[in-house]
Amino acid sequence: MKLDESTVERIAQLSKLEFNTEEKVAILNDMNQMLDFIETLQEVDTDNVEPLIHMTEDVNVLRADDAKTTISQEEALTNAPSKDSTYFKIPKVLGKN
Amino acid sequence: MLNEDAIIIGRLNCDEFAMGSSNENSIYGPVLNPHDLTKVPGGSSGGSAAAVAEGLCLASLGSDTGGSIRQPASFCGVVGLKPSYGRVSRHGLIAYGSSFDQIGPLTNNIEDAAIIMEVIAGQDDYDSTSSNEPVPEYSNSLKSLPKSLHIAVPSEYLNSNAIDNEIKDDFINKIAQLKELGHKVKEVSFPYVDSLIPTYYVLTTAEASSNLARYDGAHYGYRSKNSKDIETTYFKTRSEGFGLEVKRRIMLGTFVLSAGYYDAYYTKALRVRRLIKDKTDELFKAHDLILLPTAPTTAFGLDEIKDPIKMYLQDIFTVHANIAGNPAISIPLGNHTNNMPFGIQLMTNKFEEEKLLACASYMMNELN
Repeated sequence: MKLDESTVERIAQLSKLEFNTEEKVAILNDMNQMLDFIETLQEVDTDNVEPLIHMTEDVNVLRADDAKTTISQEEALTNAPSKDSTYFKIPKVLGKN
Repeated sequence: MLNEDAIIIGRLNCDEFAMGSSNENSIYGPVLNPHDLTKVPGGSSGGSAAAVAEGLCLASLGSDTGGSIRQPASFCGVVGLKPSYGRVSRHGLIAYGSSFDQIGPLTNNIEDAAIIMEVIAGQDDYDSTSSNEPVPEYSNSLKSLPKSLHIAVPSEYLNSNAIDNEIKDDFINKIAQLKELGHKVKEVSFPYVDSLIPTYYVLTTAEASSNLARYDGAHYGYRSKNSKDIETTYFKTRSEGFGLEVKRRIMLGTFVLSAGYYDAYYTKALRVRRLIKDKTDELFKAHDLILLPTAPTTAFGLDEIKDPIKMYLQDIFTVHANIAGNPAISIPLGNHTNNMPFGIQLMTNKFEEEKLLACASYMMNELN
């Protein structure tokens, strides 16, 4: 299959990424090439084959339900681009409308 | 490692979010190959391989999602081990493809790799996929080896068009030496070779698109100066912060997970993954080892490979172990007439790192 520009725009929207006109052409071309490449999977017969979802063979690994501090508030905020006392600080979310 | 008094002397360059096979996708610039500064060190853990090769440190850690420890090890002439899925905790590792990622050592010799594995392997409360399978004393069992090894060589790998002639000849020569030493080497069929990289790209891009959703400009990392509200915080931060290869993979991953395409691409790849895993498990019922090249070529030049798909094909021999979850090691046994090193790769059944390291140690000593 071939993607068109509108699909790329929709996928970019879902990915929270934006591309200028030039980049859009390039990414459309790259994605179409990659789709051609992964298309070969359709030739593999997978009738009656269940998807492989878990890579470990462990079943029900449980732990005691004890409350513990695994990361302090201060540590959690160490890499925040912006913070205010004990909070992450972000641009205003609510508008006037 | 810190608990065992390891001295950490630095952090090393790698491809952005571990996405790349040449260490050229880095905001810090490319790492150069210590054997030839006009060549790449491989990737994504290129800095880790180059640092060990150049003697800047005794050993390093890398991460391997599709070959990112083993291919740079091959390009730089060092030992690189990707453990079984679940053998080493990923706590502290930035996630790329969570059902593939493993941390492992890059070292000058097998003994160092074994010693490091004894320390880093094992269950960890901070990574629920880490296995509670007991950790053997790898470094004490490097000599314990069956008299006669049963080695499988998938003919589809050997006959791959991608492989450099000299690397192929050397590989055939190694097989002959192993036979002469009394081991049984059997050519077997692994019919999914052409599906490996497509399966890998569908699943890892899908997982990456989900994992990298956490880069939202709120909790850590970069936030765009142009963030005005919630949408611009996301869009500007991510578009300015991520490099081209990362965006490419997020886009493909989002596409294969999107409504209408999920079953055709994502679920399909999960089904093929099961076939690959089952066939691999079957091979290990009758064989101790699968022997294969590490990379199709020696280190290539900086800026030489520009086509993304050509770059992806660098992982043709290494993704198998990640897709199936097996441990694999690259050992530096090859010297090309172009003066660059290259590795040979050994893979064993899951959680057989003990056997893998013993076989690798044996081959380092016996083969030339």
